[in-house]
Amino acid sequence: MLWNVNRKRKFINSGKTKVFSCSAMATKETVSVGDGIAEPGIEPGASAETMLVTTDSFEEYEQEMSSSIDDKHMKESTTSTISEIQEEVQDIPVTPTPTSPVDLKKVASPDDPELEDISYQFGQTSLDVDPLRSKAWLAQKKHVFVLSQAGKPIYSRHSSEDKLVTVMGVMQALVSFVQDGNDMIRSVHAGDTNFVFVVKGPLILVSVSKTLESVPQLVLQLTYVYNQILSVLTQSQLTRVYDQRRNFDLRRLLTGSERLIDHLLNFMDREPAFFLGAVKCLPLLPSMRDSITQTIVQTCGKIKNLVFAILLANNQLVTLVRMKKYFIHPADLHLIQNLVDSSESFKSAESWTPICLPKFDSNGFMHGHVSYLAEDCQACLLLLTVDRDVFFTLSDAKQKIVEKLRRTNCLEAINESMNKTSVTTGEIGLPEMRHVLYKCRSTAQFWSPGFQSPYTTDEEVERLLGLYQCLHHRLHAPSRPLKLIFQQLDKETMLAWVTSGFELYVTFEPLVTKPDAINSVSKLLKWIKKEEERLFILNSPTF
Amino acid sequence: MRTVEGKVVVLGSQGVGKTSMIVRYVGKMFNHHINPTIGASFFTCKVNLEEARVKLQVWDTAGQERFRSMAPMYYRSANAALLVFDLTQYNTFTAIKTWVNELRRNIEGPMVLVLVGNKSDLENQRKVDPEEGRKYAVNIGATYYETSALQNEGIEQVFLAIAIGLAKLSSGSRDLMTSLRVYDSVSSGLSSPDMPLSPSSEESTTDKSIAFAIQERPPACC
Ligand SMILES: Nc1nc2c(ncn2[C@@H]2O[C@H](COP(=O)(O)OP(=O)(O)OP(=O)(O)O)[C@@H](O)[C@H]2O)c(=O)[nH]1
Ligand SMILES: [Mg+2]
Repeated sequence: MLWNVNRKRKFINSGKTKVFSCSAMATKETVSVGDGIAEPGIEPGASAETMLVTTDSFEEYEQEMSSSIDDKHMKESTTSTISEIQEEVQDIPVTPTPTSPVDLKKVASPDDPELEDISYQFGQTSLDVDPLRSKAWLAQKKHVFVLSQAGKPIYSRHSSEDKLVTVMGVMQALVSFVQDGNDMIRSVHAGDTNFVFVVKGPLILVSVSKTLESVPQLVLQLTYVYNQILSVLTQSQLTRVYDQRRNFDLRRLLTGSERLIDHLLNFMDREPAFFLGAVKCLPLLPSMRDSITQTIVQTCGKIKNLVFAILLANNQLVTLVRMKKYFIHPADLHLIQNLVDSSESFKSAESWTPICLPKFDSNGFMHGHVSYLAEDCQACLLLLTVDRDVFFTLSDAKQKIVEKLRRTNCLEAINESMNKTSVTTGEIGLPEMRHVLYKCRSTAQFWSPGFQSPYTTDEEVERLLGLYQCLHHRLHAPSRPLKLIFQQLDKETMLAWVTSGFELYVTFEPLVTKPDAINSVSKLLKWIKKEEERLFILNSPTF
Repeated sequence: MRTVEGKVVVLGSQGVGKTSMIVRYVGKMFNHHINPTIGASFFTCKVNLEEARVKLQVWDTAGQERFRSMAPMYYRSANAALLVFDLTQYNTFTAIKTWVNELRRNIEGPMVLVLVGNKSDLENQRKVDPEEGRKYAVNIGATYYETSALQNEGIEQVFLAIAIGLAKLSSGSRDLMTSLRVYDSVSSGLSSPDMPLSPSSEESTTDKSIAFAIQERPPACC
């Protein structure tokens, strides 16, 4: 058993600590930088304008690792973007937080006995047996647990958390034991299992994984889980309830939201968007996309306090219009995608949904008018504002947007693209290439083709994503980042390449030769370049 | 004919079936895959009575505790409250009392109250005695119904009762009626911003007697 308790200072200064080695990628041949591939002259999808904050997803990890162990409240922004916007809109008086006539503090009081029993009835369907004796439970590939610093169970991915009081107690003891030595436990490695710990604010998040994912990748996932919790509660509420009572049972505030965490974890297992830190766009003719964007800009342009208008179809971005000066972080957009993807009910009515975007402002709620465009066009429109009283204004605006989109055949265009199966690399004319992930770094957008044989089952797709994640880790390893990887594995040959403009992960037939692979990559880049206006959003419209 | 436009807020603990009831009424179906409401959802529907057309703007609120503090936003301007509990969970019935107290403290105008015990199809798991429900309803000046959104029992009556209650309210002393909109049908097309895409459903008057409790006693929150 290898204990990997990284002292913070050592970690930063030496930069030598090897956190993880990607052992499962038994390489027959690895080629490094400068070996037969030149910086390309093109950067498909690149744009000086972007609506997304473009940071590397591993910035999270760096932040996590460098955060002071004394400062338990992570360095989240203390300034409130939301109140900034509210103040900036000068034409109208600042909406004071309406003082509710009700004594809300009393309602939310943790000591209200009436609420105590309610909170337990809605737990997940629980195993009746002790999960620690259940083979199925023990065999799960990745467990995720959330507990409070006081050791109270909050969430468990594969069983009801209240069955795991003892296990969580052990986790809490481990964390606090190491904390007592003025240190921080990062990960424990036992056989094929990684135990990864993240301590954030009042919470402890633990991942127990038998997957090939690296420690930084698991940390990233735990950070997403933490952000998902913030997204339903806000940082300030989370801090407040624990300040008031260290022993608080957070499940009371999270009942009904576990499904969002469940969904997020499954989502991360099959979506490269998360580890890429990027967003995928719905392919559309640029003229159509412009017309959709302009319709939204014109209809909503005069609505004060509207910060983002986001249109998603099949969970891909159709367009995003933003308030000048404000950008959205891909991680926030991923949480929005998770919310939409896990909430069928948005289809049945217009909703007025409070949502906290942790990267944007972890301390306040935005209010989202969420609705699908029409019965016959299942794209989801989110209008996010900092003003809680404008539901009907936004509802009218949505109506107008839809009417106009219908008249200009944009609904049809969206439908057509939604119903079309994604083009495969075979169809592009690259027979030796099976699949690819292309991320444009300047816009934080990525593109991938449809899966083709042999990646037609869930297991195969997951295995492929695992390979990509391994490559991603090696390109971004904090200690020894690589620029180019070419490796022949048993079932496929992989190439990963990072330049200043893009990141590329390619899967080839196992016996492809290096020159053929390189040739095929340059053909691919040319193709993406030719199609870039359809595949990516190259501008950054504002209201 | 008069047109009355009223706002309805639906309140009750999580999982009692608020959304299921509305979707049953508005969409004429039972959806087994309804997720917990996040924040609130907005529906509109129409009920045609003999003496008036009633348009309902329904706010379906979320029962989860984390949304508790947002409820005032929805009930403050409401003309009617639909209070729903799950008759197989006694504590959801207890929670109604908290809601009623909260409404009493914060609502000034008159308000139509309808109390509903949902999931009547689970008779063998019943924890709330219908007599207790009925008694409490009389006590607070509400009408009482038991429904099953699953088997479509009693749902129509609930919405009819709300419509009749609102129609009655609107014909009462007008100056009290600050937020209830009333207009004659001639001008209605112009003055009402109809929501064309929102689901709507036409109902015709049937038995008016079911709204007796509203007439018997003044609404609770005057
Ligand atoms: N047996 C039975 N189940 C019902 C009935 N109505 C709703 N349910 C079920 O109860 C659960 C909760 O229903 P919802 O309509 O989401 O409850 P809600 O009150 O809107 O819940 P929140 O939005 O969280 O406040 C779902 O699983 C429904 O299928 C009913 O009449 N009978
Ligand atoms: Mg609901």
